[in-house]
Amino acid sequence: MTTVRRFATTAAGVLILAVMLFPLYWMVNASLLPSTELVGSEPAWLPIHATFDGYRNALSSQGGHLLTSLYVSLGTVAVTLLIAVPAAYGLAQLRAAGGRLLVFALLIAQMIPGIVMANALYVAADALHLINSPLALVLADSTLSVPFAVLILHAFMRTVPAEVREAAAIDGASRLRTLVSIILPVSRNAVITAGLFSFLFAWADFLFGVTLTSRDERAPITVGIYRFIGAHMSDWNSVMATGVMASVPVAVLLVVAQRYVAAGITAGSVKD
Amino acid sequence: MMADITHSQAAPADVRVRPIGKPMGRSAGVRGGRGGTGWAAFGFIAPAWLYVAAFYVYPLAGNVRMSFQDYTVTSFFTGRAPFVGWRNYEAVWRDPAFAKTVVNTVAFTVGSLLFQFGIGLALAVFFQRRFPLGGVLRSLLLVPWLLPLVVSGTAWRWIMETDSGVLNQALMQVHLIDQPIPWLASTSVSLLSVTLVNIWVGIPFNMVILYGGLQGIPVHLYEAAALDGAGAWQRFRHITLPLLRPVTAVVLTLGLIYTLKVFDVIMVLTQGGPANSSQTLTTFAYDLSFQRLTFGHGAVVGNLLIVVAVVFAFVYLRATRDGEGRAAA
Repeated sequence: MTTVRRFATTAAGVLILAVMLFPLYWMVNASLLPSTELVGSEPAWLPIHATFDGYRNALSSQGGHLLTSLYVSLGTVAVTLLIAVPAAYGLAQLRAAGGRLLVFALLIAQMIPGIVMANALYVAADALHLINSPLALVLADSTLSVPFAVLILHAFMRTVPAEVREAAAIDGASRLRTLVSIILPVSRNAVITAGLFSFLFAWADFLFGVTLTSRDERAPITVGIYRFIGAHMSDWNSVMATGVMASVPVAVLLVVAQRYVAAGITAGSVKD
Repeated sequence: MMADITHSQAAPADVRVRPIGKPMGRSAGVRGGRGGTGWAAFGFIAPAWLYVAAFYVYPLAGNVRMSFQDYTVTSFFTGRAPFVGWRNYEAVWRDPAFAKTVVNTVAFTVGSLLFQFGIGLALAVFFQRRFPLGGVLRSLLLVPWLLPLVVSGTAWRWIMETDSGVLNQALMQVHLIDQPIPWLASTSVSLLSVTLVNIWVGIPFNMVILYGGLQGIPVHLYEAAALDGAGAWQRFRHITLPLLRPVTAVVLTLGLIYTLKVFDVIMVLTQGGPANSSQTLTTFAYDLSFQRLTFGHGAVVGNLLIVVAVVFAFVYLRATRDGEGRAAA
């Protein structure tokens, strides 16, 4: 291709990206616009008279929800890895009995509609007096990430040569010891990827949040936004500021841990 | 990813295309195995089995049981919900909203899949070209996929606002319409609106998977065809499309399973309304259980979703296996 054509292609690519990302730009734009410019009959394309009122409102009313989401998401990462790391090790390195069936069960589990889970988990949580408990939310959210985490860690740990584990065994290390001091450090990247996506899934969860929390102050940020729109329909400035703040952790992770995100996406999409 | 990132849209691992029937851990296990490690190692996967039992099998079984019970508000205080046979199923069947919901679900799913796939494929083909910033632009396209659907749904709700939404304002400025369209507030367009947004949500997922599929097609096939005088369209028609078939099967079945699960987008935009005009089976199940508090009825609709999901899960597993077979052949 000639240079001119290549740059024309880049221009077309930028245009496609602009169209696809426009809703996100429009959210940031509205989060900065003063309310008077939001209700005009002409769209305000740029936040020239930017105001941070929306962010002030959002922070004061949604700050608690952001914190709830943060510790629920971190809890989900912990639960997910605690289940998934030993399972992946048992499957990939130790040929645990019933392993194939477990992988099959996890693949099917990913396809169960969330609303079915919510229905049954609500009844169970109610019986156990766990409605509004962050623990219930952590456990429910972990159902979104455990299958993914086991499968991705399994795929990685299969590539660790058996000799590594055997050498540790000859040196007298137990299986658990081998997992902790040999396999885990080698699989560090896969563990980070699994943890990262567990965090993102839990952070984005809405269904479990809206069904398992009835008291507003216990709700995660997604539910906070949802109820906020219901209550402040006209205050788009604050609603959009809340949306931007809910996107911040995702944006931070994208920048800080970019290669793990890419790894998670390609692990999902490329045949092994 | 992610999908009904999931995601739940869309969970990227769902896309794994490893066939189930193949032996696991062959590379590491067979050589290292001294026989009998299988049961001793069971302790490592036992927590995962317990987890599967508690968090997938139990809810599934619980849902089936609930569909035969009469759950009311008082059931949650007394802990009692009498068994009523098939009465919940009859009630859902007779519910005037049910037929409407089924039709909506089919339209929403078919419309979403068709356009997500078509646009995703077009973008995948586009990004196969080599040009400055190509890789950066392609990865930035994934950003909407990683954001919580509630957030992007909220942004769309603002865009589609009848009076001050930019969509109507822009359409009026270019004189395509002279009256604002109530995108989310009218019974005749609300389903179209939620479908449009869901298409937007699904494009990155389709693009990533199809892009991966395209990368797997050997370049020399295109070169040979070009030497034989095949034009760009002919190369696409006779090389790209046939060789992309296995990946296409995977994308479409997974897309279908995700689309059936879509909840966040519809809830934020319309809550299934107005007057059930954008209600799908998933939001209907939520409405029955958590708004009308008839958990038995919600469970019936949930069971219907499970049946559909399981059928397509097997279609998916077969498709991946066939895909492997064809790729190997």
